[in-house]
Amino acid sequence: MKSAPDKVTTLKNAVSSLVPDGCHLSIGGFTINRNPMAAVYEIIRQRKKDLHLYAHSNGQGVDELIGAGCVKRLEIAYAGSGRFAPTCVRFRKAIESGQLKVEDYSNYQMTLRFMAGAMGVPFLPTRSGLGTDIIKKWGFSEELRQAETKIPEQKLVTINNPFGSWGEAPKLVLVPAINPDVTIIHVQQADKRGTARIQGLTFADVEQAKACRHLIITCEELVTEEFLRKEPDRNQIPFINVDAVIHIPWGAYPTACFRHYDYDPVYLNDYRIAAGDESRYQTYLKEKIFDIKDHQELIKQTASEHLKDLIANPETGYANGLERGGE
Amino acid sequence: MADKDNQDYSSKEMMAIAAAREVKNGDIVFCGTGISMLAAMAAKNINAPLSTIFFETGAIDAKLEELPLAVADSRVMYGTAVNGGLAEAFATMQNRFTGSRVVGILGAAQIDIYGNLNSTAIGDYQQPDVRFSGSGGACDVASFVNRTIIFMQHEKRKFVKKLDYFTSPGWIDGPSGRQKTGLGPGGPEAVITNLGILRFDQTSRKMYLAACYPGITPEKIQQETGFAIDLSRAVEFSPPTIKELKILRERCDPQGLILN
Repeated sequence: MKSAPDKVTTLKNAVSSLVPDGCHLSIGGFTINRNPMAAVYEIIRQRKKDLHLYAHSNGQGVDELIGAGCVKRLEIAYAGSGRFAPTCVRFRKAIESGQLKVEDYSNYQMTLRFMAGAMGVPFLPTRSGLGTDIIKKWGFSEELRQAETKIPEQKLVTINNPFGSWGEAPKLVLVPAINPDVTIIHVQQADKRGTARIQGLTFADVEQAKACRHLIITCEELVTEEFLRKEPDRNQIPFINVDAVIHIPWGAYPTACFRHYDYDPVYLNDYRIAAGDESRYQTYLKEKIFDIKDHQELIKQTASEHLKDLIANPETGYANGLERGGE
Repeated sequence: MADKDNQDYSSKEMMAIAAAREVKNGDIVFCGTGISMLAAMAAKNINAPLSTIFFETGAIDAKLEELPLAVADSRVMYGTAVNGGLAEAFATMQNRFTGSRVVGILGAAQIDIYGNLNSTAIGDYQQPDVRFSGSGGACDVASFVNRTIIFMQHEKRKFVKKLDYFTSPGWIDGPSGRQKTGLGPGGPEAVITNLGILRFDQTSRKMYLAACYPGITPEKIQQETGFAIDLSRAVEFSPPTIKELKILRERCDPQGLILN
């Protein structure tokens, strides 16, 4: 599959074939930017369940997957959607009610874990977290770690620096590699073979893309190979890593996509309010996800004047002067 | 005597300016979402024009023509020196050459007398009474850099003898705490609250009251703190000036996204 010259497919196909129930998944983006939301909604629509999700700080996408009941276990550093939800609402509810097993890390630890996976080493060292409960308190029990081969036997391990005083770090924290079964990222441009270009910050998308067994790329623009190869220094992901390419304009909506559109403050505020109330949340799921055929339909249903306000200024990459207040 | 015209400011404005004044010209400033971002922007526009704002998402020295609502907001990506990713951002802090120049601005749900922070959970970790967002980059910053400034709401339940969950390291348990733990030198420098400013004793590394905002007594602050603090060094904090408020309101947050 990774060697195919043309990997363009539909999101429906990609999700049904590459995201089985119970798989270990990671998604790209960060809080309210470049989350692969079209794919998140398709996963929810296909009622995937028992997912083991890895996240550093993917706010909106993670919260929607949790809220819709797709996630059984979560390894995460931060669940917030900026000012729109300082703590993600469905995440908080799921943990407080004991429905979701969670294990906490820091953002750098999660990044290094993906990087270790991408590098093909079992762990990487850092000085982050020494002395804290992030090391001491495990979210997953020893029994679960023994039973589930895809989770390392220990959470984090502290060691004395084997090089002695070299590097002025007497102690180090070893963080275990993550190799997701499947990773989904949304990018600005890709060609049909899967070579991809991210504009703006890459977050930990590139590490994730290279750590996973299967990689699904959704893109704002499907461009020619020739176009991307004119400036290869601007490309981050080579086609050799990619399994499927799906062209979905507004594919990160309602999160932002630099140089294309801003986040949608109205959607995100409405979501937070709905997420806080069971009956409103069920209505949200039905109206915004289950009753909608696909992401294109969600975009079609959103008032075009409203979408126009979100379109990025080509100079700044965001929607200058966008009305972002309101509750 | 305070100028009549500058009496009208909110506690958020006071906090943002208090934190901004802690930033030194030339500092590399790590900040998160909300008031900490506002403080960093205020410092750059008022007292530390050569400071560099940078975000854990990988953006270095963004133009920030509009206030970002998240550290991943596209507004942090515009006009930067370099747009990278998390790996570079945290390496910049873990690296001693650059990390020693970074001041981190953090917030938390709970703090103890040594400036250790909880931003994860209240109650049992497995099934907490209240769950928060989690560390994000806070534990990384607190582990790596030599100076941190911490924003807190000053309430007894937030200034606690023992954290429910220890997310980010401060001075750990005293003067040799960080060294014993294997962390670098330095640690929390100031805690900026809605009532005043607390600092850490050079010898004991325990929190003490350094300044009260106008109209707030040291006794009031002790009342709102869940452990005994030294009040003897408290002075009255000089309120934001007209110039500081003007820049904060008109340049940093003209839409009132954080201040209102």
